[in-house]
Amino acid sequence: MDNSIVVSTRIRLARNLKGYPFPSRLDSKRKNEIVQKVYTALKEGNSAISSDFQLIKVGELTKAQGLSFVEKHLISPEFINGDKDGRALVLKDDKKVSIMINEEDHVRIQIITDGLNLEAAYDLADKIDTLLDENLDFAFDEKLGYLTQCPTNLGTGMRASVMLHLPALQKTGALSRIGGNLSKLGLTIRGIYGEGTEPKGAMYQLSNQVTLGISENAAIENLKNITEQLAAQEVKARETIMKSVSMKDTVHRSLGILKYALAVSHDEAMELLSNVRMGVVSGEITGITCEIIDKLIPEIQPATMIVTAGENLDPEKRDILRAKTIRERLGA
Amino acid sequence: MKCQKCGVNEATTHIKTMINGQYTEYYLCPDCADKMGYSNMFGDFSTEFSNLLGSFFGNALPERTQATRCPFCGSTYNDIVKNGIVGCSQCYDTFRDELVPTIRRIHGNTTHCGKKSTQWRNSLQNKKIATVQKKELTTTNSKLDNLKKQLQEAIQAQEFEQAAKLRDDIKEMEG
Repeated sequence: MDNSIVVSTRIRLARNLKGYPFPSRLDSKRKNEIVQKVYTALKEGNSAISSDFQLIKVGELTKAQGLSFVEKHLISPEFINGDKDGRALVLKDDKKVSIMINEEDHVRIQIITDGLNLEAAYDLADKIDTLLDENLDFAFDEKLGYLTQCPTNLGTGMRASVMLHLPALQKTGALSRIGGNLSKLGLTIRGIYGEGTEPKGAMYQLSNQVTLGISENAAIENLKNITEQLAAQEVKARETIMKSVSMKDTVHRSLGILKYALAVSHDEAMELLSNVRMGVVSGEITGITCEIIDKLIPEIQPATMIVTAGENLDPEKRDILRAKTIRERLGA
Repeated sequence: MKCQKCGVNEATTHIKTMINGQYTEYYLCPDCADKMGYSNMFGDFSTEFSNLLGSFFGNALPERTQATRCPFCGSTYNDIVKNGIVGCSQCYDTFRDELVPTIRRIHGNTTHCGKKSTQWRNSLQNKKIATVQKKELTTTNSKLDNLKKQLQEAIQAQEFEQAAKLRDDIKEMEG
């Protein structure tokens, strides 16, 4: 499947070291001990994947840098809130692998890839997990599996998720119906940008909820199946709504605004880009690809813009710069 | 009765703990009870669950866990319910009976299926090796018994050549 609907795939593994209480019961000295242990295990692990890792201490990040990592889905928002001492991020230089140390659990391994790539992403997460486990001795119980601070992650400790662009299902209101059924299948869906019933840009995250009693492969297979079904429904819904002139008009107007506007707010940009993306996939708009839009979305997030600019930008300046960036990328 | 910790003050607090099935009783004075963290064990009951996850845990707290603390991190079951998170990996052993219903409610299941940790697999391997070795030992012992029996029979039958051979075999096996 191409990434017209599945934008990206993420796998996250939660692990904890034996011999230490979970992070909320650790002081910063012992947290730093864990940071050192994990980083050393990664660097000294006898494996091809152990090179190219960079250690970033959360306490040394500026607010914008931290938020920018959140916008790029490399860390969780909780990770840069509260007591940052003793928290660290290990980042592989291609940004596909990020390891949060002392977030909710001692170790959170995360792999992020483009498109629908669950097996490959899990395979890489599994390799890193094994590499760390050989040196660190993770807390494991025969019955309960990998032991985690929150019982919702017990078992495999794995959260597999896909980021989906579902504008047609959102516009037709079908998503709210689907949501309830998904939880019966052990899955959960939520908006990625913004809270509420209509997430910005129609970007959704579908992930497994149950981690105990289902193997990694079975959970991935289940998620993949449902993703494909949802994608098929989205395709159908798009075909229907794109037949109407008013929807075509919306799509072209959206592109028009993005091509000529001098200032665009974040929310407006997300909504318009979502419309254009749907227009691109349905063939209504030519000369622009999904890849261009998918690269553009993280670029125009507020904190990432500040980090890229290297200076503090007020909202007005951001809106102007955002409009300029969008015009350039869309070849206006 | 005097406090069992300091032996000076009058004991006013009676603590019963049950850790992994091991039952212990203490009589403590208010000062020592406070130092050991047993003074405010009912204080938390009125606090609302601070975390949404706390609602995963049942409201009914089993009597016997009220004063039980995890021997590794010092958490009580009450702490776990209040915060919605577990203190350390050992808490899952200490409070297993209390946590299992919650875990079942979350996952609909309580038995892990999937990847096993390296250490766990290694220890399983060692166990298997030990079992094989034990089996081999048992086989050797029963062979030895058999040879000894044959030796007695040979002596009784006055087959001394056969007896000498059996004696050598037994010596060899016994090392």
